[in-house]
Amino acid sequence: MSKELIRLSDCFMKFDDDVILDHINLYINDKEFLTLLGPSGCGKTTTLRIIGGFLSPTSGDVLFDGVRINDVPPHKRKVNTVFQKYALFPHLNVFENVAFGLRIPRTQTVEQEGKTVSRKVKLPKQEIHDRVMEMLEIVNLKGFEKRSISALSGGQQQRVAIARALVNRPKVLLLDEPLGALDMRLRKDMQQELKRIQQEMGITFIYVTHDQEEALAMSDTVVVMDGGRIQQIGTPEDIYNEPKNAFVADFIGESNIIDGIMRADGVVEIFNRKFQCLDKGFAKDEPVDVVIRPEDVDIVDESQGQLRGTVTAVTFKGVHYDTIVDFYGFKWLIQTTDFCPVDSHIGIKIDPDGIHVLKKSQYSGMFGDYSSYSEEYEEISDADYEPEEESGHEE
Amino acid sequence: MSTNRKNRVGSRLYMALVFFFLYAPILLLIVFSFNAGKSGVVWQGFSLQWYAELFQDRLIIQSVYTTLLVSVLATAIATVVGTFTAIGFFSMRRRWRAPLLTVNNIPMMNADIVTGVAMCLFFVAVFGGWNYLASNYAFTVNLFGAIYRITLPKLYLGFGTLLIAHVTFNIPYVILSVSPKLRQMDSNLVDAARDLGCTWLQAFGKVILPEIMPGIISGALIAFTMSVDDFVISYFTAGSSTSTLAMTIYGMTKKGVTPEINAISTILFVVVLFLLIVVNVRESRAEKAAAKRQLS
Repeated sequence: MSKELIRLSDCFMKFDDDVILDHINLYINDKEFLTLLGPSGCGKTTTLRIIGGFLSPTSGDVLFDGVRINDVPPHKRKVNTVFQKYALFPHLNVFENVAFGLRIPRTQTVEQEGKTVSRKVKLPKQEIHDRVMEMLEIVNLKGFEKRSISALSGGQQQRVAIARALVNRPKVLLLDEPLGALDMRLRKDMQQELKRIQQEMGITFIYVTHDQEEALAMSDTVVVMDGGRIQQIGTPEDIYNEPKNAFVADFIGESNIIDGIMRADGVVEIFNRKFQCLDKGFAKDEPVDVVIRPEDVDIVDESQGQLRGTVTAVTFKGVHYDTIVDFYGFKWLIQTTDFCPVDSHIGIKIDPDGIHVLKKSQYSGMFGDYSSYSEEYEEISDADYEPEEESGHEE
Repeated sequence: MSTNRKNRVGSRLYMALVFFFLYAPILLLIVFSFNAGKSGVVWQGFSLQWYAELFQDRLIIQSVYTTLLVSVLATAIATVVGTFTAIGFFSMRRRWRAPLLTVNNIPMMNADIVTGVAMCLFFVAVFGGWNYLASNYAFTVNLFGAIYRITLPKLYLGFGTLLIAHVTFNIPYVILSVSPKLRQMDSNLVDAARDLGCTWLQAFGKVILPEIMPGIISGALIAFTMSVDDFVISYFTAGSSTSTLAMTIYGMTKKGVTPEINAISTILFVVVLFLLIVVNVRESRAEKAAAKRQLS
């Protein structure tokens, strides 16, 4: 499981004067499901295209199994890609799309009378047929061989794209926002499906997405990126529970991020009140960012609260209410199953493990305030709304 | 109601007039190409004699042959060159692509007479320099003891220059017709093909070519039509020994318009008309298919 397969070593990338990747260091293990997660323009697709061989970093090395592959063209890499919007060949039917990679003669080096001879080898027809059919069965598209691509639904096209990439038995499958064009329901189904396929085939998946839910649900490892830099690498649990800076805390799930001062190990001061926490190792009186997840806040009677505030907005979300509470002019999002009407005065309690203290970073003060919170705001800020990502650079 | 009807009559009359002026001369030409007599005014009965004579006129047959040869060769060369140029343009940055496409369009807008004269002057200037060298310098080569004197061949306007001219004015039409197909193509297709094991050349053959083929064929058809059709540029670049059909017809009219000219012009008209219909039918079919694809 933990054998290293791909390593990006100090990768730096520039288009004209724009820095796209700012000295990325990353290794990817064999059979791992790794997700590159970040907002549009963060460099995740560029990273994927470097691994696929479509781009070459301005400086730095790309290693595959310990061998430098910077100059190896895409068709010689043991990597296959599922492209954004699938990039299926419209002039070929489902079978021929999947068989495409198998029909291309491969160079094989053979020992012959003491000499190594390389020659072009074509796969026998029967083998191509068998492998394509096997692949179509894995992606649940048996019986669709003869269909034309334009006669398929989005989800089916997606499956063809996956089958087409996997039929070549790559060591690594690269997926570039593969579920971006599907509707919510289908996306959930395909997430399960992809995870199943990855485990069944026993290969490495490198997955690019801007959807944090998708990343958390599927990955072994999540790499959060922004501004061409890696912000945090870790398991989904690590990333959610122990965000390294305000950007990660805000991008993964909802977070209230408040200025605080570390008074002692395990004691942080917010709004001039001391709170118990589990974080240690900060200097005395160091200014910090305090992250509090909306679901970690308990609403109690005003008289018993550690903090007292006024409810300014309530939105019913099904399982819980999104409640916006004003504490001394700073608005928090609290997710609670208790309904608190607008203008009611409430108190809150936070357990020590609900408080995460972060060092100050360049992202401090940018996120985590829900003053401008509204339904429309949420929609606009949702990363699903994404114009043509990064493709402009290849123009 | 009555004004409405009056308008309808008026607009129909207007349309009839437009079409009359557009097509009456050609109709007249076609009708009199089947006239039994020599007259271009009096109908003397149906006959195919002018067509028969046409095929016995060696000058005309020779120029038909020249026209077809130069058109086919120029179309083939221009289609290959234009297609690759379009692909080159397409993979350029937008900053460069737009001005280059404009430059590409200028020769099409340019008056034929200007293009023709310019090319003629260019060929004459270059060949003049070359011929000066050829007549004043010669190489001697000592090969196996024998001494050979090699002189450079002299160059004149002729079939070669005619072909070069036709290739030149055909290329922009091919580029113009291939470019939109490239733009419509999903740019990831080539990456996908390379990802699956193709070299760039294999990807070109297996993916790009099938995708842009309709554009290439339309471009070739337009180029061929333009070549068959051309008179002015050919006139200035063909020299004195080579003659295309259009040039021969022009030469014949100097001795008066004979029914033979009617016949050959009719054939030329029908050929070009046929090609244009093919191009248009193909385009409207492609549009329908694209609309269908978008619906589904």
